[in-house]
Amino acid sequence: MIEYAVPDFVSDFWHYYIAGLAILGILFSLWILKSQTTAKLAQGEKAELLHHAWDGDLQELNNPLPRWWMWLFYGLIAFGALYLVLYPGLGKFNGVWNWSSGGAWKAEKDAVDAEFNKVFEPFKGKDLATIAADPTANAMGKRLYLTYCSQCHGSDATGAAGKFPDLTDKHWLFGGSPEAIKASISGGRQAEMPGGLAGDEQGAKEVAHYVLALGGKPHDAAMAAAGKGKYAACAGCHGDDGKGMPDASFPNIVDDAWLYGSSVAAITETIVKGRVGGMPAQQAALGDDKITLLTAYLMSLSKK
Amino acid sequence: MEATTYNYKVVRQFTVMTVVWGIVGMLVGVLIAAQLIWPTFTEALGPLAPYLSYGRLRPLHTNAVIFAFGGCGLFAASLYVVQRTCQTRLLSDGLAAFVFWGWQLVIVLAAVSLPLGLTSGKEYAELEWPIDLLITVIWVAYAVLYLGTIMIRKTQHIYVANWFFGAYIITIALLHLVNSAELPWILGGDTTLMGMFRSYSAYAGVQDAMVQWWYGHNAVGFFLTTAFLGMMYYFVPKQAGRPIYSYRLSIVHFWALNFIYMWAGPHHLLYTALPDWAQSLGMVFSLMLLAPSWGGMMNGIMTLSGVWHKLRTDPILKFLIVALSFYGMSTFEGPMMSVKTVNALSHYTEWNIAHVHSGALGWVAMITIGSMYYLIPRLFGREEMYSTRLINVHFWWSTIGVVLYIAAMWIAGVAQGLMWRATNDDGTLTYSFAQSVSAMYPFYYVRLIGGTMFFAGMLLMAYNMWKTIAAGKAVNDARIPEAVHA
Repeated sequence: MIEYAVPDFVSDFWHYYIAGLAILGILFSLWILKSQTTAKLAQGEKAELLHHAWDGDLQELNNPLPRWWMWLFYGLIAFGALYLVLYPGLGKFNGVWNWSSGGAWKAEKDAVDAEFNKVFEPFKGKDLATIAADPTANAMGKRLYLTYCSQCHGSDATGAAGKFPDLTDKHWLFGGSPEAIKASISGGRQAEMPGGLAGDEQGAKEVAHYVLALGGKPHDAAMAAAGKGKYAACAGCHGDDGKGMPDASFPNIVDDAWLYGSSVAAITETIVKGRVGGMPAQQAALGDDKITLLTAYLMSLSKK
Repeated sequence: MEATTYNYKVVRQFTVMTVVWGIVGMLVGVLIAAQLIWPTFTEALGPLAPYLSYGRLRPLHTNAVIFAFGGCGLFAASLYVVQRTCQTRLLSDGLAAFVFWGWQLVIVLAAVSLPLGLTSGKEYAELEWPIDLLITVIWVAYAVLYLGTIMIRKTQHIYVANWFFGAYIITIALLHLVNSAELPWILGGDTTLMGMFRSYSAYAGVQDAMVQWWYGHNAVGFFLTTAFLGMMYYFVPKQAGRPIYSYRLSIVHFWALNFIYMWAGPHHLLYTALPDWAQSLGMVFSLMLLAPSWGGMMNGIMTLSGVWHKLRTDPILKFLIVALSFYGMSTFEGPMMSVKTVNALSHYTEWNIAHVHSGALGWVAMITIGSMYYLIPRLFGREEMYSTRLINVHFWWSTIGVVLYIAAMWIAGVAQGLMWRATNDDGTLTYSFAQSVSAMYPFYYVRLIGGTMFFAGMLLMAYNMWKTIAAGKAVNDARIPEAVHA
């Protein structure tokens, strides 16, 4: 069974077409080079000046091919032919070394994985708190973080306002226990808040003031009072006290963690338009051991 | 009645526009080099900012320097050379005018549509289908004009420069037609304003990638190499006053170049989903390409044997010969970068940018600039350019500019490649991507300086051209000499 990487071209015709043209191309290069290979000029011999002239004075000498250049070309043709014997190139012929890019990738990955497994060995089976306190594990966790997480959460893990959460503060949208953090990394998270539940812009603004009041923050008392009734639409998820339900992905809205901003304007916009957030799952890409190291690292970052 | 004079008008038009579009294209280059250092500085323009964002200006830059600057230079040179070496007037003055105005229209349409965000997304083939159709018509007209002129030649043999121009014209037609095959949205019923100008590629997935880079690399091969070798084969021996070094060498490297270049595209797709066999063939033929590429360089440089001293005093010759040196360097670098193990380091890094610019500035721009300095006084009835000293200054600004540019990007690229692949003993990456980005700053500054110097050189050229034209008069009566048959 031949595996064709381009499944549209399954006929054996293409094998002969490719291999045939490639071989012809090499033979043609050889022939054209050979056809113009002549003896070196003798000592003191001058190159022939061809008779025809164009545009007055344009003429051509007919020096022999420079020797080093000629041998360079022969050498390159020989190298090309040899390479195509050893490596895949001529259609479905795999080359006598049976090399494949998939195989090369796997060998490299296995080597790196073996290296990693060796270093991770001491931490196998240890609990997360112990790993979090270990400086070696921490250094590895940090490097993993910089490679895989920093694109969104930032090199210093403080996130980006309005987009990606700060991982260094004491707030965790989906729970701050070691298990919850690990679950966030391996399974990813989805969060969605529907918009338009508090009526129009004015209603949303009133609810915003009420939310600020719930959290004991500066607010307009009259507006907050007007928003109290409308907050009922929010309480189903965020709770009457605004503390949310972290286990069910409903954030606490009375603490100081505001991913989308804590100004009246920002909260109003959140209420009017709603918000959608998500973190992609990493289990398949990173595997359990690396996720363990990352979890431990994040635990060490978080200000309890 | 048989024409007794050459058509210099179309050559003159293209020559002047070469300088104009060179300035425009390189200015956009300077702008995007600055954006890479200060990514937000064009945001100060408010509502205009989206049209000047990096993603839209970058294709504008490449299209302007390759097809507007390089293209006009090639039209000027090929239409001049074909007349002078066939010793006959162009097949048709009307067709010549059509090619000139048509090509300018394409350039203007590109300059409007690319900032508007209309792109097919194919590198060096970004223009959308209505412009693609226009290009096809103009190119066919150009092919008829050029090849038709060769058919009516008065000389017995076809001069070597014309082989190269001929190969370029035929191949570009083929490449353009195959790669730009696309399905306009309008055929699917999309009649929105922007939808009417947009299209899908006719190919899908990895096949689309392969077709694109078969095109992309041959655009380098036949537009930026073969055609400019045609330029070299006329202007170097003319300016040096020496015969071409070896007719034999030109036969080998011409045919080998054409045959081998066609295969080299897959080296742009090493370590991708492209099948292994295609990657190997791309690498093998790219390596073999070194010899035919260097054949052209040898034939140009060795033509100078006996008159090397002219390099000391003749800045036009300096441009031409330094161009050949950069050509030799980048055609060594290219095969080397297509070796899989080297490519694993160089791919996706600034090294590519260094390589492209040693070819585009060092070779293409410098051979064009030298050739235009040769042409301008002849087209405007002057003995020489207004100021030879300014040509010399231009030469040094360009040379130092290119060297700064490519040296900075080489170091940046190798540093980037090494940072990306550096791993710790636990198998983790040593550097985050952001660290490799921030390491680029010093090199981006040096690149901006180098690029600005090259651009400033073009302004000097424009001034020098302006003064030459002001003192001269358009030549329309250059007499065709009787062809001498050996």
